[in-house]
Amino acid sequence: MNSLILQTTTRYLLPLLLLFSIFLFGRGHNEPGGGFVAGLVAAAPFALYSIAFGAREARRVLRIDPRWFIGFGLLVALTAGLLGVLLGRPFFSGVWTYLVVPGLGPIDLGTPMLFDLGVYVGVFGVTLTIIFAMEEAD
Amino acid sequence: MEIVLAFVIGGLYAAAVYMLLRRSLVKMLIGLALLSHAANLLIFAVARLTRGRPPIISLGAEDLASPYADPLPQALILTSIVISFGVMAFALALAYRTYRTTGTDDLDAMRGSDR
Amino acid sequence: MLLAAIGSGFVMALLAPGLTRRLGRAAGWVFAILPVTLTLLFAGAWSAAADGAPITTTLAWVPELGLSLSFRADGLSLLFALLITGIGALVVLYGGSYLHGDRDLGRFYSWLFVFMAAMLGVALADNLLLLFVFWELTSLSSYMLIGFGHDRAPARQAALQALLITGGGGLALLAGLVLLGVGAGTFEISALLGQGAAARIDPLYVPAVGLILVGAFTKSAQFPFHFWLPNAMEAPTPISAYLHSATMVKAGVYLLLRLSPALGGTELWTLVVGGVGATTMVLGAVLALAQTDLKRLLAYSTVSALGLLTLLIGIGTPRALEAAVVFLLAHALYKGALFLVAGILDHETGTRDITRLGGLWRGLPITAAAAGGAALSMAGLPPLFGFISKELAYEAALAGPGGPALIAVVVIAGIGFVVVAAQVGLAPFWGRRPTDEGVAHAHEPGVSLWLGPMILSLASLGAGVFAGAVGGWVGPAVASATGTPVTVRLALWHGLNPALWLSLLTLAVGGLLFAARRPIRNGLSRLNPVLGADLGFQAGLGGLNAVAQAQTRFFQNGYLRFYLLMVVATTILLVGGTLVSQIGVGWPLDVLDVQAHEVVFGGLILVAALVAITSRSRLSAIAALGAAGFGVSLIYLWYGAPDLAMTQFLIESLTVILFVLVFYHLPHFTRLSSPGARARDIVIALLAGGLMTALVLTVLAVPLFPSISGYYGAVSAAEAHGRNVVNVILVDFRGLDTLGEITVLGIAATGVYALLKLHPRNPAVGPVYDSARSEDGS
Repeated sequence: MNSLILQTTTRYLLPLLLLFSIFLFGRGHNEPGGGFVAGLVAAAPFALYSIAFGAREARRVLRIDPRWFIGFGLLVALTAGLLGVLLGRPFFSGVWTYLVVPGLGPIDLGTPMLFDLGVYVGVFGVTLTIIFAMEEAD
Repeated sequence: MEIVLAFVIGGLYAAAVYMLLRRSLVKMLIGLALLSHAANLLIFAVARLTRGRPPIISLGAEDLASPYADPLPQALILTSIVISFGVMAFALALAYRTYRTTGTDDLDAMRGSDR
Repeated sequence: MLLAAIGSGFVMALLAPGLTRRLGRAAGWVFAILPVTLTLLFAGAWSAAADGAPITTTLAWVPELGLSLSFRADGLSLLFALLITGIGALVVLYGGSYLHGDRDLGRFYSWLFVFMAAMLGVALADNLLLLFVFWELTSLSSYMLIGFGHDRAPARQAALQALLITGGGGLALLAGLVLLGVGAGTFEISALLGQGAAARIDPLYVPAVGLILVGAFTKSAQFPFHFWLPNAMEAPTPISAYLHSATMVKAGVYLLLRLSPALGGTELWTLVVGGVGATTMVLGAVLALAQTDLKRLLAYSTVSALGLLTLLIGIGTPRALEAAVVFLLAHALYKGALFLVAGILDHETGTRDITRLGGLWRGLPITAAAAGGAALSMAGLPPLFGFISKELAYEAALAGPGGPALIAVVVIAGIGFVVVAAQVGLAPFWGRRPTDEGVAHAHEPGVSLWLGPMILSLASLGAGVFAGAVGGWVGPAVASATGTPVTVRLALWHGLNPALWLSLLTLAVGGLLFAARRPIRNGLSRLNPVLGADLGFQAGLGGLNAVAQAQTRFFQNGYLRFYLLMVVATTILLVGGTLVSQIGVGWPLDVLDVQAHEVVFGGLILVAALVAITSRSRLSAIAALGAAGFGVSLIYLWYGAPDLAMTQFLIESLTVILFVLVFYHLPHFTRLSSPGARARDIVIALLAGGLMTALVLTVLAVPLFPSISGYYGAVSAAEAHGRNVVNVILVDFRGLDTLGEITVLGIAATGVYALLKLHPRNPAVGPVYDSARSEDGS
């Protein structure tokens, strides 16, 4: 597809949507959002990119083969589950701590958020693996 | 208010079943997509509906303020939506590969392995 | 102790293949240590059983089902256990030489020990269900052992036939045992027997006994299931000697003896058990005369012997049960020996055809002596044990309820034994030497082959000479079968009584028939009715296969939509039928609560779905599908599910993209179905949709079971540090589910990748990405 409008829009949408996905991910535990949606939103501009410029170009922008994200996401999610085990608690027990950020006050940090990060990365990788493979189907 | 959804669900199931019974592989895939909508709405509706009250605890509060939409079916449906996407993608890829290999999308012409 | 005895066999079965390879020629001798040890162990347990305080072991297994690992070594159990381990030791030793050099010898030993352990389990189990488990295990190991030479089609067929018949009987047995246990309120055999006559007046008595008898009759090759036993002679000879003459085929007899105190004594029992036993006995005796193959000859006479045992149990008087137990022992000793002799003849001469054997005593004097002893016992000549057992059987028949007819059939069986004994144990060794080179120059085998038959023959002789002592020994076993303490007095000389005259008559007629064996054989083999039963079985099996194939062709016809149609139609019928007939469709009357927006959203979805299924263009169908999805996401948003709405919206967009990408490569829509098929599908689809609507309405009409969500809401903020309860459920409360989900997604993506990128014409994996990176670097 060689639409100039689509190509131009895509270029500008890419950083915006990535920022938006980080925003969605960050607030997901307290407001609508979370790893699933954020992962999909993050994948959207690359999907658009592959439609506008072709999968090869999209892969170049992404730099890393999306299949790596699948494995990495699963690994992170699994780690989040195992952290509780290391502390002698059942698999997937939540472990929480907090971080004091100057100006913002304490921020809760816990394994469920790490797990959500795994979901985020995994969904991102899954979506792009599928889209790129389909785009490249001959 | 669930009554409307009851008929929407029935309609979606009817449309999905009709498409699943087609001989054409591509039509069957559309049936599959409709079926997942129908099933998701079914879970949503039978758990009872609540208008415009997302299950989100207000800042500073300790518990959900009643009435609120039931979060559990929502979590299940969210899982289901994403899984359906994976299944749909796989089915589409399978259809593509099948067509490339057999040269037809007529399911009746693909009986070979089953007889 | 009993558990360990049985367990040791299973452990040995695991070790046997490896040990066989390591031990080589010595394997038979080493393996025999275990059964010999067990024999001594069981012999040591005898005095406890004789004192009326048998050794027991109990271990709970599945208490809810009344299933416990309980074992009890009373007289009857110990008699069987001793036969199993004693003859087992000789067979283990014999098998090593008989199958020496066979590359599957390890497998042979493995299954032999499985069988031995399972058979011990049958004999010692004090729980009906446990007995059944071991019973089935003997059928299975018998299957493996009959089919030991699995590269030959007849062996496979015989194995399958035996498995189907004994396995089918096993099913009947299970049902019968369950009925018996339910009726009696206990599955413990000792407790059941302790209830006395209670089982006989239970309303479940008739079906329970009928089913148990089917199980026992199939296992013990009773008419009309007798034909599997001669066919099972495809097994290696030591197996025939062990399983198909001395032990396994007696499992049915054992069960009848074991349960006869509780179930026996009724008219039904006497008529059915006695009648079937008598029929089998005569049939086996007559058909044996038609055989020329040593092993089949022995097999038919085993059928006849099993018939005699069943008949005696059917008569059911203490005298008859005593005769049954004594004959069981005598038969195991002489028939085991004769089978092993048949194996030696086969091994040394290369043939089992009795018409080609003769005068072999010069080459095989020891075997000839062993065979002679066993044959004389089988023919019922003093001072061998067979004589005593035959006298007892005759006395039981004379005193029995059947009158002259009963006496006549028992004598016919006795005559049959005489003829078979002479043909197997005497004829091959005496008379003219055949011209056949291989037969004429046969010589004595090694000690491990002749030791077994020799010991068994000597045991027949010893038991006859020291009959008084043996009588004391079998007393507890007879007591188990009669249910009351008895004293068994055995002696060679019973005085000049009617039984002795019948014995002389038997010998005289038997001798005459033996002299006339050739014309009798020719006459009989012409009508050979056993083929009828065997052919009937084959025809039945063929019919079953044909029915299975026909219904498979009908249901698995390769049309995907036919399968889906079946699933949907069945669901409509079963769910819809139940809904309408049992519950009734509910109608929650809150029509006024409906808001205009909701009708609009719903209408949008339905219209979009209708366009998606009726459109002739692929693109508009996809667009309509997307519109339906967006409608669904509006519903989610409206009813307080923003997370769902967002996800649905994004997923729908991606799905549309996928559809477009793939449909680009796929053919245009075509109308493939006929108008009739379309009309039928529309009806089915509307019925399915209507059913779902009715279901939802019905569900909505019943009060909602309280959701666990209240708990989630209460602890979400406090303990899980999150205010979006849906997200907290996903990543915390039900995190494991979500981990599973993203794993599935990863697998789906990998599958998509593999389907699209990996295929024979494009073996290089991911070339696009690699080249892209190299371009980037340049």
